[in-house]
Amino acid sequence: QGKFTLLRDTRTDGSFLVHHFLSFYLRAGCKVCFVALLQSFSHYNIVAQKLGVSLTAAKERGQLVFLEGLKSCLDLMFGEEEEQPGQPSPLQFISESASNLKALFDFVRTSLTPEGSDSWKSPVLLVDDLGVLLSLGARPVAVLDFIHYCRVVVCSQLKGNVVVLVHSNEDSEDEENELVVNSMCHHSDLILWVEGLATGFCKDVHGQIKIIQRLSLELTGEQDRVQIYQYKIQDKNVTFFARGLSAAVL
Amino acid sequence: LVFTEEDKYNRYSSLLFKYFLAEGVVCGHDLFVASAKEHPEKILKELPAPLLDDTCRNELGEAATSVKSEDFQDSMKIAWRYQNLPKMEASPTTSTKFGHYYDVSKTMSPELFQSVKWHSFYLHEESSSQSKMKSCNMNSAYARLLHSIQKIIYQEGFDGSDPQKKQKNILRIGIQSLGSVLWGEDICSSDTPEDIHSLTKFLYVLRGLLRKSLSACIITVPAHLIQNKAIMERVTNLSDTVVGLESFIGSERETNPLYKDYHGLVHVRQIPRLNSLICDISDTKDLAFRLKRKLFTIE
Repeated sequence: QGKFTLLRDTRTDGSFLVHHFLSFYLRAGCKVCFVALLQSFSHYNIVAQKLGVSLTAAKERGQLVFLEGLKSCLDLMFGEEEEQPGQPSPLQFISESASNLKALFDFVRTSLTPEGSDSWKSPVLLVDDLGVLLSLGARPVAVLDFIHYCRVVVCSQLKGNVVVLVHSNEDSEDEENELVVNSMCHHSDLILWVEGLATGFCKDVHGQIKIIQRLSLELTGEQDRVQIYQYKIQDKNVTFFARGLSAAVL
Repeated sequence: LVFTEEDKYNRYSSLLFKYFLAEGVVCGHDLFVASAKEHPEKILKELPAPLLDDTCRNELGEAATSVKSEDFQDSMKIAWRYQNLPKMEASPTTSTKFGHYYDVSKTMSPELFQSVKWHSFYLHEESSSQSKMKSCNMNSAYARLLHSIQKIIYQEGFDGSDPQKKQKNILRIGIQSLGSVLWGEDICSSDTPEDIHSLTKFLYVLRGLLRKSLSACIITVPAHLIQNKAIMERVTNLSDTVVGLESFIGSERETNPLYKDYHGLVHVRQIPRLNSLICDISDTKDLAFRLKRKLFTIE
């Protein structure tokens, strides 16, 4: 509890981890706020169903608060002026020149602060993916501030967890993105780093995952603990195995 | 959202662009063509003629590029189609036949074309008096294009807003040379552009429109002119499929004996992983293209 997990992918698509955490926390009975910036609700729902969870049902019972970024942006661009006078759009920063993400933060805070009748376990904030905010005009500092405030509320105050996906490429020229990714790495309790194989595409091994437990942050003199596995993604499941031990090889 | 990086002289990518639109005509889809360079009407007059005769196809005997349509699973919400390059079987007579073949040496007959409903956006003919239009701080040409697309989607019912609508149809959108100077952008002419966010904002809104309607879109971009590579990385993340065409014209590869039968390379930079944990990765990753008199082939 109270942990910040960073999902990071390089040369491959790490979104399967997002699907995993989403269904994992919903099944565990946590209240989840999902800031889904890149794909539609339908997409996540269809995959979640394969993993045994219905997002529609979770939304209806108030367990899942789903921010569909694409839809919010359409409302911002094509919506009527007097939409909801008291409630600014969470993605308001797109149409303002001051790129502060306060509206987005307020949305997260309101979604996860428990109401009297709630009986959910600890809250979870899930973000897919953070880089989209930069593409929409937010400055890196604004993004880092946003994450910081979310941590304070979700991890420290509400004793919940935060899971965020970022993309990074080696030799990337996107300095703003690299800045955000590096900063997030320093402050994460757990990093799940998914990488495409250096040797190129392989049918039986889709990539490698590095699990880094940031024990060094606990100031007990311990080093970070790193474990590396390889994985293969299937229709309803992901299998993990030790390096070089994929079923195709054995 | 299919994003195509143009080859240097835009010779082959414009061909791919026309294939996408031609397939739309043959399938009876509606078309929306946007350009800041050529008048959309002119583009539509140059679509390749389809090969509708079986014997004709067998004669040619090689794998021809075809623009494929896939069955869509969820018609109201997701409703999009993506363009897939063909699998590498040599013969075109495989059991799963997608799409149609085209003869590049002939243009599509006006009769075939007449049956199709099309819309266009030619930047220089659009009025700029839309001061009340929301633009989310985006380049005004892009904002105008988005409003134009949204209007057609809404008016023609591609977003399901009209339940009375007789038959659901697909809207195929083609946007040519986005990001070029002609759209009022400076990302192709400067390595420290003033506004690096317009293009990505545009793509994000467009992505939202596509997800909410029965439409698919191909965009071509003169990627080789964009100095700021960070923009290309972001654009790739915001697209579903990304394909790059590299022509051999004027490059040292032109004289490389390995490539003597081909005119260029096809780089599939990204394929979508939608509604599923897995994606459709083809076995072959090194693709090259060639343009013969009648056929454009990718092998």
